[in-house]
Amino acid sequence: MADNEALLSVEELKVYFRSEDEVARAVDGVSFKVGREETVCLVGESGCGKTVTALSVMGLVPIPPGEIAGGRILFNDQNLLVFNDNEMQAIRGNQIAMVFQEPLTSLNPVFTIGDQIGEAIQVHQTAPPTEVIQRSEQLLKDVGIADPAQRLKDYPHQLSGGQRQRVMIAMALACDPKLIIADEPTTALDVTVQAQILRLLERIQKERSMSVLYITHDLGVVSKVADRICVMYAGIIAEQGKKDAVLKTPKHPYTQALLASLPNRDKRGQRLYSIPGTVPNPAYKPRGCPFHPRCQYAIQTCCEQFPEMCHYGDAHMARCPVIFDDGREN
Amino acid sequence: MEHTNTDMHDNQLDEPLAPKRTRLEEFWRLFKQNRLAIAGMVFFIVFFFLAIAGFTLTRGNTPVLDPALVRLQDKLRPPLTRPNLERLRPHEIPKLGIYIFGTDDLGRDVFARMLQGSWVSLTVGFVAVGISVLIGIFLGGIAGYYGSRPIRIGQLLVLAFLFTGVVLLINKLIWAGSVVLIGSAVCILISIQIKKAASAKSRSAAARLWNFKTISIDTVVMRFVDIMLCFPSFFLILTVVALLPASIYNIMIVIGLTTWMGATRFVRAEFLSLREQDFVAAARALGLSNFRIIFRHMIPNAVAPVLVSATIGIASAILTEAGLSFLGFGVPPPHATWGNILSDGKRFIFDAPWLTFVPGIAILIIVLSFNLFGEGLRDVLNPKLRERN
Repeated sequence: MADNEALLSVEELKVYFRSEDEVARAVDGVSFKVGREETVCLVGESGCGKTVTALSVMGLVPIPPGEIAGGRILFNDQNLLVFNDNEMQAIRGNQIAMVFQEPLTSLNPVFTIGDQIGEAIQVHQTAPPTEVIQRSEQLLKDVGIADPAQRLKDYPHQLSGGQRQRVMIAMALACDPKLIIADEPTTALDVTVQAQILRLLERIQKERSMSVLYITHDLGVVSKVADRICVMYAGIIAEQGKKDAVLKTPKHPYTQALLASLPNRDKRGQRLYSIPGTVPNPAYKPRGCPFHPRCQYAIQTCCEQFPEMCHYGDAHMARCPVIFDDGREN
Repeated sequence: MEHTNTDMHDNQLDEPLAPKRTRLEEFWRLFKQNRLAIAGMVFFIVFFFLAIAGFTLTRGNTPVLDPALVRLQDKLRPPLTRPNLERLRPHEIPKLGIYIFGTDDLGRDVFARMLQGSWVSLTVGFVAVGISVLIGIFLGGIAGYYGSRPIRIGQLLVLAFLFTGVVLLINKLIWAGSVVLIGSAVCILISIQIKKAASAKSRSAAARLWNFKTISIDTVVMRFVDIMLCFPSFFLILTVVALLPASIYNIMIVIGLTTWMGATRFVRAEFLSLREQDFVAAARALGLSNFRIIFRHMIPNAVAPVLVSATIGIASAILTEAGLSFLGFGVPPPHATWGNILSDGKRFIFDAPWLTFVPGIAILIIVLSFNLFGEGLRDVLNPKLRERN
């Protein structure tokens, strides 16, 4: 993908968290791009740095203890990391919006839905109250909430989880952002509602021609929504590329192991595969490739040298120099 | 609740099943169950209107009920007696035609004096608690929201200059005060300059010293609270009131300035937990400013415990004011307050017991009703306590 097409381009981002005697390298040199009208999925286990990456795009990493140790985040060719608080506030919600994981607690319990959607509009745009109400109603209708005029007067506790997540999405859409960051928006919902929300996001993205950065650990969700996938492990991107390329011909042993540990029909009755070992402590990552202690293909170099990105064509790349032809043989 | 609609465009979702009650209705439903709290609230409302009536009926040069009118002919009349019409001059005859609470040793109508005093109690209670809640929300909010930020040496200098400047000005040292205040302005300018230069990445040693981090804001505020709590507050109030000219406003301010610590602690505790809530993060992600997050999103969520402590605080402020008046430090004499009616009456406690009983019982009822009301509020606003009774 050419540079000018990228809406968001994260380059060698490093986010560290300092405590008294150790430095947790939560994000340790992450680079990826989100093109216009593209859905990019950040996939990885808990603690691999997905959410911190998203928060640093929003400028919401708590500093201290957090610290942006390096890199650039280019949004519309502007480096967000040099923006001050006021400039960031103008971007947040207006051009980049975020949908959080927990719809149950992400709405303020003391205000009505209408107040909160209206506030999202008013913070960035000046509009007369009647227009704000009208637009809030339209937003609720867009996210598929019945009887929007009535719902505007409701308090969050009167809505179900799925409805609240719809409201959160409506708030995120309020100012027509160019990029939506969805941080596991369906994790707290049950499966049927999850499917509805995914379809909703997909439809809205097409209608409004937005880009979506979708953060999840659920490979099932990834296969539904993604255009491109970035697989993260221990603060680095292990592999990235087009959805089909990554899911069908994974080049990094971690991606392969993740896919192998998914349950599917052929494996019925068998013991489910699991990756041996645990995720490294971000403060004490192994030398060389962070995945090498758990990797069945690890060779001597893996323990000593941080692996280079290897390109496999069509923007498909993996941080593993031990080349696999069909993902099985060394 | 939500059916598996496949297309949100065509099929609209059903009505939500959650009860259609606003928070106020929900609140009232729970509050109603607590009879004592209802009684407290009724007394509170009655007291409120009595105090307003007292204010309008006893003010002006020719009030309807004159609390200061001396009728020596009618002194120490017991409650519910009729005035001695033959011996009173026409303007001395009470408008009600009866001494509901009797008269005192100067023949003044105790009912009128009680009404006048109730306005004093009401205003003292509300204004003093208003001051303490405002200070509490402000300091508690700062300590809770910005608490982890360190205070830099530059900021410390600004504060020191500001403080001494204001103290000098209060002591009418205009010149010295102005000079010190200008000093603090200079410090602010230096800070701004250093902040501008900071982007250049080359910081001089002086700039680094200027920005040297000292203690955190939270430490400063909360230790100050601890210090204030160490004073026995009634004696502190007594001392301050003895030094200041006697006036009802001074008493309100002094009570307010010595009782804000509880509210500060409550607000700080609430803010510490609210700050980590998802909706605050969501508000930040919407691009709201810190100011808006604090005042629009966090304070409404933090007021519940403050409201409770304020209600109970009103009772204790009324009690403090009555105590001060009783000791003779309160509102100056011609003006009646419950405390000084009580204090005047104690000399005649065996001859004219109504002079002590009436204000005493009034104080008892009001303080009790505020406490019951406050506790009722707390039970409703704090779900954890709800199941106890």
